[in-house]
Amino acid sequence: MWHEIGLLADIPRRGARCVTTPQGRIAVFRTAEDRVFALMNRCPHRGGPLSEGIVHGNSVTCPLHNWVISLETGAALGADEGSTPAIPVRIVDGRVAIRLDESHRIAAE
Amino acid sequence: MARKLVIIGNGMAPGRMLEHLFEAAPGRFEVTIFNAEPRVNYDRIMLSPVLSGEKSYDDIVIHGDGWYIQNGVTLYKGHRVVAIDRAARTVTSDQGVTEGYDRLVIATGSVPFIIPVPGANLPGVITYRDLDDVNAMLLAAQSRQRAVVIGGGLLGLEAAAGLGARGMDVTVIHVMPTLMERQLDPAAGYLLQKAIEARGIKVLTKASTKAIVGDGKAEGVELADGTIVPATLVVMAVGIRPNAVLARDAGLSVNRGIVTDDRMATDDPNILSIGECAEVGGNVYGLVAPLYQMARVAAAALVGPGDVRFVHADTPTKLKVTGIDLYSVGDFAVGDDREEIVLRDASAGIYKRVVLRDNRIIGTVLYGETSDGAWFADLQKKQADIAEMRDTLIFGQAFQGGAAADPLAAVAALADDAEICGCNGVCKGKIVTAITSKGLTALDDVRAHTKASASCGTCTGLVEKLMVLTLGDAYNPAAVQPMCSCTSLGHDEVRRLIKAKGLKTIPAVMQELEWKTSCGCAKCRPALNYYLVCDWPDEYADDYQSRFVNERVHANIQKDGTYSVVPRMWGGVTSAQELRAIADVVDKFAIPAVKVTGGQRIDMLGIRKEDLPGVWSDLQKAGFVSGHAYAKGLRTVKTCVGTDWCRFGTQDSTGLGIRIEKFMWGSWTPAKVKMAVSGCPRNCAEATCKDVGVICVDSGFEVHFAGAAGLDIKGTEVLGLVKTEDEALEVIVALTQMYREQGRYLERIYKWAKRIGVDEIRRQILDDGERRRAYYDRFVFSQSFAQVDPWAERVSGKDKHEFRPIATIGYAEAAE
Repeated sequence: MWHEIGLLADIPRRGARCVTTPQGRIAVFRTAEDRVFALMNRCPHRGGPLSEGIVHGNSVTCPLHNWVISLETGAALGADEGSTPAIPVRIVDGRVAIRLDESHRIAAE
Repeated sequence: MARKLVIIGNGMAPGRMLEHLFEAAPGRFEVTIFNAEPRVNYDRIMLSPVLSGEKSYDDIVIHGDGWYIQNGVTLYKGHRVVAIDRAARTVTSDQGVTEGYDRLVIATGSVPFIIPVPGANLPGVITYRDLDDVNAMLLAAQSRQRAVVIGGGLLGLEAAAGLGARGMDVTVIHVMPTLMERQLDPAAGYLLQKAIEARGIKVLTKASTKAIVGDGKAEGVELADGTIVPATLVVMAVGIRPNAVLARDAGLSVNRGIVTDDRMATDDPNILSIGECAEVGGNVYGLVAPLYQMARVAAAALVGPGDVRFVHADTPTKLKVTGIDLYSVGDFAVGDDREEIVLRDASAGIYKRVVLRDNRIIGTVLYGETSDGAWFADLQKKQADIAEMRDTLIFGQAFQGGAAADPLAAVAALADDAEICGCNGVCKGKIVTAITSKGLTALDDVRAHTKASASCGTCTGLVEKLMVLTLGDAYNPAAVQPMCSCTSLGHDEVRRLIKAKGLKTIPAVMQELEWKTSCGCAKCRPALNYYLVCDWPDEYADDYQSRFVNERVHANIQKDGTYSVVPRMWGGVTSAQELRAIADVVDKFAIPAVKVTGGQRIDMLGIRKEDLPGVWSDLQKAGFVSGHAYAKGLRTVKTCVGTDWCRFGTQDSTGLGIRIEKFMWGSWTPAKVKMAVSGCPRNCAEATCKDVGVICVDSGFEVHFAGAAGLDIKGTEVLGLVKTEDEALEVIVALTQMYREQGRYLERIYKWAKRIGVDEIRRQILDDGERRRAYYDRFVFSQSFAQVDPWAERVSGKDKHEFRPIATIGYAEAAE
């Protein structure tokens, strides 16, 4: 189901904010062109917080070991292999919402 | 015994002559040079790129000081020769030095022509001839005010473009109806004018200068029709005149220039003349190719009899203004016996014209697309009959014989004797032979061995294509390592262009320098952000989204995503009150680890990001500021206890360390900077492996730098000994500022020093007081914006979004 998390303006351009959820932290990114993406806040390499990375184009560079992760798919780009789950995100009237997979919640309970 | 050769003038022609001479007859002559300019031989053709900021003086030096020493040449810098005594065979300089000669070479070059109008001698009116002129223009350009360039020829337009690139409002005044009328036909002159105007430079043609007006200094140029064009800088670039005064005074035969035969001898057999001052076969020359030919002939004549003689040839003209492609060679006046082929493509801004007589090319003008220039010039030189390809001639080489329009194929198809480098007269065969026989793989090596593309550089592309053809995959053209895959420019070029073009935002840099990606990457953005912070401390708005997380949140990220916090302990000195405050913070925030660092301070590890502002707030109350342990900036100044306690201490090392740290904290640098001050040569603060270190001795302070104790281990270099603490501080600050301005992002001081040379750094920081002071002042200016405690800012609310989640979705909410 969809959860509203805040305004587009709350996220810095070429930056990210975190959402705390029962499934763990989710990073919500805003690109220079105001596109918004959400990924689990864990680099597929060593679990680095992707929300702290430098956002460039439609990718983010992990702050721990410089893996470059696609914001669109969550997959590592270049020579590295691995992937972090991408979270559906939408903007309605400048308000950002993400969709959490409810089956996770049931599994978590 | 070596014979004595004296040369008057140290320009490009005598420099080249000596190269030929030392190669053909090493040790034959003992050489003495008098140079009116106070410097070595540099590439005068490249003054325009220095003016526009695309090159620096160091890039255009042809013979460094070492070359003169190596070849045993005595060089009198800043000595103007005032008399030649032909009977006694001596010359005398204005500083009273007299040298005898067996052979004398006069290479006094030319002087700029000054139009004799009222006001021509006002301050603010300068010519465009040597490095001093360029420096004067650069100084004037800092005002960003209005400049007038008188003269729409090659030099005038290059000066105008350079001043425009430096941010001045420029007007070109040209007396003829079209620009560069001696090299271009009116159609190409018109296109050139459009291109110049598109750069924001105003062009007034058919405009004759009546006077320079102004009260005590130039304030404007008055034209014959009474119009006054306001200007604080007036550049006269209307032409040059051979500088033959000295020769005339010595009784040598002088016409327009110093008259020589085709072996460059004047009417005194012991005296030769070469360069722009010489007149050979009734012609004087101003372009480099014929001057280099004179150099070759004169060197051969000095070695002995032979048949190397000067032969007139048409020289191609190229304009060195980035983004304007223009090529012209030969004769293109209209005449009854001539035919012409013209191609125009208005939308692409292309104009090509080839002038023929009896099916042979006698002149070529290319504008907008000049890659076939060498091919046309080759056909002209060989007087080839072009009847068979006449229909397609104008489309260039690629269209002949059905060859594909592959630039490599075009170069491959050139004959071995086709000229590649017009300036230095180097043909294709010579370059290919040098590459294969000497095993050359880098462009700079090819330049060094053949001189091809070593003067004006416009044939660099051709030389590189020849290297690709000859070496195949073995040639790696990226001689300059690009900053990252977003650009083909290296760090140094980017830094230079940021200053030269006045680029003050990251988007402006990316736009102007043609970045290949829309918003860069994690490599180039932090580098650009640093360069802009360093170069425009008062104007640039720091882009935190282009900083690595540690610098964005002012703490060090750890492998589990928590942070460590290191407050500053000035010089490693602390107190019970400070230690108590740290203990309280550790308890309050349940900080799991506390450690003493290598830089004499205390690290608290494992702090959650959300807690950072709280931790800082408590530390701030105890008087702590950020230790910048996360920054590419000044980290610590480690000290020993010095004269306060130590029985061996020679100076107050603790006090000096604290003073340096308080002066320099907060400054951003290309990479981290760690310092130390030891109170005696026992060196307990380990100053001799730091980026900058001080060893106190009885007689003062020995300043060290360029040490390393990380991935590489390296002892420091000694910069020098100074007497007082004040001097030590000034030297250290100036050194750091020089590194800030020249270092490549992430390049530590020891790597930068290796690249620049310790001697050069010593020369600029220790020997040149004026320059040291300028570096110091720029650092102090920058500090007035940089010395803000980032922790205090964040405690009071700055960037608070950084430290908390945008939202929390709990089970209850998720279940809705």
